[in-house]
Amino acid sequence: MKLVNKFGTIGIALCICLAATNTSAQVPYERILNAADEPENWLTYNGGYKSQRYSQLDQITPENVSDLKLQWTLQNQVFGAWQSNPIVVDGIMYITERPNSVMAVDAITGRVFWKYRHVPAENALICCGANNRGVAVLDDKVFMGTLDARLIALDRITGNALWDVEVGDVDLAYSVTMAPLVIKDKVIVGVGGGEFGIRGYVAAYDAETGEEAWKTYTIPGPGEPNHDSWEGDDWEHGGAPVWITGSFDPKLNLTYWGVGNPGPDWNAGQRPGDNLYSDSVIALDADSGELKWYFQFTPNDAYDYDAVQVPVLADIVWRGTPRKIMMWANRNGYFYVLDRVTGEFLEGKPYVTVNWSSGLDENGRPIPTPQPEGMPTFPGNQGGTNWYPPSFSPRTGLFYFSAWQDYATIYRPEESEYQPGRAFLGGGFSVLAPAPGAPTIGIGRTNPINNWTNEVGFASLKAMDPQTGEEVWSYDQFDVSDSGMLTTASDLLFTGGREGYFHAIDARSGDLLWNVNLGGQIVMAPVTFSVDGVQYVSVISGHALSTFALPN
Amino acid sequence: MKIRIWRITRLCTLSTLPALAFSVLIAMSAHQAQAQEAGDHQYTSEAVEAGSQVYTQQCALCHGPQGALVDGINLSIGQFRTVQSDTDLRQVIGEGAGEGRMPAFSLRAEELNGVIAFIRAGFDPEGEAVKIGDPIRGKTLFEGEGQCADCHRVRGVGPRTAPDLSNIGAIRTPASLQRNILDPATALLPINRPVRLVTRNEETIVGRRLNEDTYTVQIIDSQERLRSLKKTDLVSYEISDEPSKQPTTMSSDEVADVIGYLLTLRGLE
Repeated sequence: MKLVNKFGTIGIALCICLAATNTSAQVPYERILNAADEPENWLTYNGGYKSQRYSQLDQITPENVSDLKLQWTLQNQVFGAWQSNPIVVDGIMYITERPNSVMAVDAITGRVFWKYRHVPAENALICCGANNRGVAVLDDKVFMGTLDARLIALDRITGNALWDVEVGDVDLAYSVTMAPLVIKDKVIVGVGGGEFGIRGYVAAYDAETGEEAWKTYTIPGPGEPNHDSWEGDDWEHGGAPVWITGSFDPKLNLTYWGVGNPGPDWNAGQRPGDNLYSDSVIALDADSGELKWYFQFTPNDAYDYDAVQVPVLADIVWRGTPRKIMMWANRNGYFYVLDRVTGEFLEGKPYVTVNWSSGLDENGRPIPTPQPEGMPTFPGNQGGTNWYPPSFSPRTGLFYFSAWQDYATIYRPEESEYQPGRAFLGGGFSVLAPAPGAPTIGIGRTNPINNWTNEVGFASLKAMDPQTGEEVWSYDQFDVSDSGMLTTASDLLFTGGREGYFHAIDARSGDLLWNVNLGGQIVMAPVTFSVDGVQYVSVISGHALSTFALPN
Repeated sequence: MKIRIWRITRLCTLSTLPALAFSVLIAMSAHQAQAQEAGDHQYTSEAVEAGSQVYTQQCALCHGPQGALVDGINLSIGQFRTVQSDTDLRQVIGEGAGEGRMPAFSLRAEELNGVIAFIRAGFDPEGEAVKIGDPIRGKTLFEGEGQCADCHRVRGVGPRTAPDLSNIGAIRTPASLQRNILDPATALLPINRPVRLVTRNEETIVGRRLNEDTYTVQIIDSQERLRSLKKTDLVSYEISDEPSKQPTTMSSDEVADVIGYLLTLRGLE
C-alpha cells in the first residue's frame, strides 16, 4: 500500500511539472509594452511603462470590497522593512526578500517554487535599510539589482543565475535597491549611495549577456553641458543617486528617471551652484541613454529633497489641449505637472506646509526662503512625500499619493570632507519633539505603539487634480504613511500605512469602504492581478505578504 | 484624577494642532557637550564632543537624534538588545548587528571611542550635573509627603493610573527624572497624555493614553482597566495638554533624594 502511494505521488508531481512547462509563456517586450491590455498580470514595478499603478480589473467593486477574504500569506524569513513590489506573470509571483533573495511563488496558494539567494559583499553600505524593491522580467528571465551594486539575471523557471555583472563599485558605497526597468532588449537600473558621496548614474545592460549598453551620469563631467552648475571638484562626489524605478514613453522613446539629493546632503553652502541634475527628472533616449531634457525641482538642495518619486505619465486633455504630461508630487512639498515631450513646467503648487521656499516662478524654479538657524524647515527631512509609488486613475483623472503633514526638521549644516565608503552628510538634523526626549518620526516603524503621536506629523492620502494642481480630497491617518497606491477600473483605491491597516477607499469621494488590520507597517504599494477569472489584491504588511480575493 | 486643561479633539478625525504651538526644541548639538573632568569620568568632554559629531553623521539617520528609533534600543538611556559593556558596543559598531539590519562601520579609533562616550553620556552631557541624593530618604519622600505613590506604582504596590515606575531607573537619565519632577507638563510624553472619552451609550471614561491609531485608542482607565475604544463609538474624545500631577513643592535636596531613589528602581530585584 505504501509503495502504491509513493508511485502515485510521483506520478502527480510529474504531471504538474509538465503542465507548468507547457504554460510557461514567454514575456517578450511587446507584452510589457502593452501591459495595460493584460491586467491579469503585473508586469513591471509600476504596473506598466506609464507607471500609473492603475488596473483594468473590476471584479472587486466598492459594493463587494468588504467581502474580501484572505487567501494566503507568505511570511518573510528576514526581519526589517519589507519594501518589495511583486511582479505577477501568468499566475506566478516574483518577490524579493532582504537582503537579495528572489522567490517564485504560486499566486493562488502562496507556495514557493524556488528561492534564489545572493549574499551581498560584507562591505555593502546602505544608508537607510537593506532594502530591495523588486525584480523586472523579460522573456524567460528575472532581473535583480543588489546591495553590493550588481545586476543579476535568473532563469524565470528554475531560479538559476544566468549572469551577474557589476553595476557600481561596492567599495565606494554604490548599491542598487530599486527594481530594474526593462525596455526593449535592455535592463536599466540606477545606483544608490547619495549619502556616501557617489556620482550617480543610470545604466542599461543587454538582457541576454549583461553587457553594459550605455551609462549616463546624473552629474555632468568636465566639458559636458551644465557641468558649471558645480564648482571645483564638488561634482566628483556630488551624489545625485537614482534609486527608484523610472518610466518610459515608447512613442517618444524617452525614459524618465528621478534623481536624488546632492551630496553632502545638508550643507548646500559647501557645493555652490544648482548642482545639476540632482533633485531633477531626467529624460533619456532609451536606446542611447542620451539626455534629452531635464527639470530640476530643488536647485542647490539643503534638505535632502531627493526627486526619487515615480514619474507618472498620462495623456490627457489638459486645460483644453491634449497633452502628454508627467505628474510629480515631490519630496520638496510641491506637486508638479510637466510636459513630458519637452520638460516644460506647466503647474506647481505646494500640497503641504512649505517654508523653505515661498513659491515657484513661471519656470517652476523655487524662490528660496531658508529658515534661520535652529528653526524648523517644512517639510522635514523625509519630505512631504518620498519614494512611495503614487497612482493615477484615467477614470477619475486624479493623482493619489501619501503625504506627510505638519512634519518638520531643524537642519544643522557642517563642513564635511569626502572619504571613500563613509557617510558624506554635511552636518546633522534634529526634530521638533512635543516633550524633551519624546520619540520622533523615524525612517520606519519598529514599535507597535505610536509613541511619537500625530503631533510630529501624520499621513494624509491626497487626491490631486492635475488640471488645477490642487487637492480634491484627502484621507488622514494618525501615523505617517510610506504606503504606495493602487487604483482599479471600479474606482477603488487600495493603500496602507505604518499602522498596518490595509484600506480600500472610494477613489472618487475619498470615503473609506473597507479596511483590515494586518498588524505591520505597509511600506509599498498593493498590486492586483487575476488567475482563472479571480481577481486578487496583494499587499505586504510587516513581514507578511497577504493576498485577498472575493469568496467564490 | 484631576484634569486641568483639556484640548478638544475633533471626533473621528485627526487632532491637527500645529506642532509648534507646544513643542519643545530638542536640538542635538555637538556644542552642548560640557566639560567633564577626565578624573571623574571614563571619557573626556572632548571625546563626548567628537562622538556627538560622529553620531550625528553616522548613526542618527537610523537610530534617530535621540537614539530611540530602533525598537528595543534606546541609546541615550543605555537600553540595548545585546550590548552590555563598552567592548560589546565597540563590536556591534565595528561588525554590524541584527542580521544585517545594522551595517558595520569602519570608524577610526578616536571616533569609535567618541561615539561610545557620547552614548554613555546619555546624549546629555549635562546629565551628570544633576544632584543625586540619598535613596533611603528618597523612598520615604516618594511614599510620603512627595505624594508620588498616590498615583505611581512601584514593585507591585500603589495605583496604576500613572506609569509604573518599577523600572524607571533603567530607562531614564537623572536629568530626565529631574525634569519630570520639576516641570511635568513639559516633560510628559505625548502618548501618556490623560484622556477623557464619552461613548455613544453615555459612559464617560477617564484615563491615560497608551496607544492610538486612526480608528482606535487604547487607554488604562481610572479603574485600572485596559480598554480599547473605536473612535466611531465615541461622541467626545478629549486629550489633556498637561499631566494630572503638579510641579513638586519639595526642596532641591528632597528632589535629589527622590531621584536617588528612582535610580535604584531597575526592574526585578
